[in-house]
Amino acid sequence: MSQLSDLVAFFEDSGIAEAIRESNTLFPLIESVHVVAISLVVGSILALDLRLLGFASVGRPVSRLASAILPVTWGAFVIAAATGFLLFISNASKYLSNGYFDAKIILICAAGLNMIVFHAISARDMPQWEKHARPPFPARAAGALSILLWIAVVACGRWIGFTMQAL
Amino acid sequence: MEALLNAFSKWLAATSLSHIIQTVTWIIPTLQTIHILCVAIVFSSVVLVDLRIFCLFERDEPLREVTRRFLPPIWPVLIILLITGSLLIIGEPRRSLVNTTFYLKMALLLVAILLTATLQRTVLASPSFFEDRSQRLIGQALATLSVLVWCCILFAGRWIAYTQAG
Repeated sequence: MSQLSDLVAFFEDSGIAEAIRESNTLFPLIESVHVVAISLVVGSILALDLRLLGFASVGRPVSRLASAILPVTWGAFVIAAATGFLLFISNASKYLSNGYFDAKIILICAAGLNMIVFHAISARDMPQWEKHARPPFPARAAGALSILLWIAVVACGRWIGFTMQAL
Repeated sequence: MEALLNAFSKWLAATSLSHIIQTVTWIIPTLQTIHILCVAIVFSSVVLVDLRIFCLFERDEPLREVTRRFLPPIWPVLIILLITGSLLIIGEPRRSLVNTTFYLKMALLLVAILLTATLQRTVLASPSFFEDRSQRLIGQALATLSVLVWCCILFAGRWIAYTQAG
């Protein structure tokens, strides 16, 4: 645990973190890019989740839609994670002691885990069902869980802004 | 004009609906969460169609089909954005109504709506419209402009929080 706090302190004391803290425009600027990126992550993954649920794009095979959408999702996720990291280090210890921040990180990991489980289990026989308008239960469950997790991620993100102690 | 907006904000802040939004602490973050989720839906839909115009998304599907799947659903979502946005204004009138960034956002939104509606109508009415060379350039110009304007709207939305009057 002390190693973690050393690492956190290292980033928080860095020149970049200090620049973001001191500047009036850097934080809102990075935050705006973060919002654009996270919107694209959530919106694009929703299109795929709705296909898994059988609610949208039902004429498209799941694997085709996934290979078209996921590069967009991952590209946006990299930008969201990078900007999120910059926002985090500007006040790392305060973010870490905020329960909603911790919950947000855990929920993002859960969304990733949901994706891994889907690919490992229900996606194995995907060629058999991917053209069906209504995929089998495990796929629909993965889609529904993904929607709920990303809604919770966005909610936590917004709640962080209301529960951070005054900087 | 400014005096009028100040007076209107003051009146709005004194209404009982505004009072409820101000005092029940979970209402504003909940409204903002719904607002951002709807922004995510609209923004992503537009970006995916714009990427298709550049042949960077679902190249194996005709532009008309991609447009038909992604653009018509954004209009009901815009209504939810209008409702949550209005409630947020009622809860904190001065934050937006006495804030230049808010009016910039609304002006950009008007441009974005016109652009997106034009794109949707053109593609759905004449599917082969962006096929030939010169028209494809028009399509790509519209797509680029649309992504830029929507990005500016998201930026302005975040910036409202930093430019509000004291």
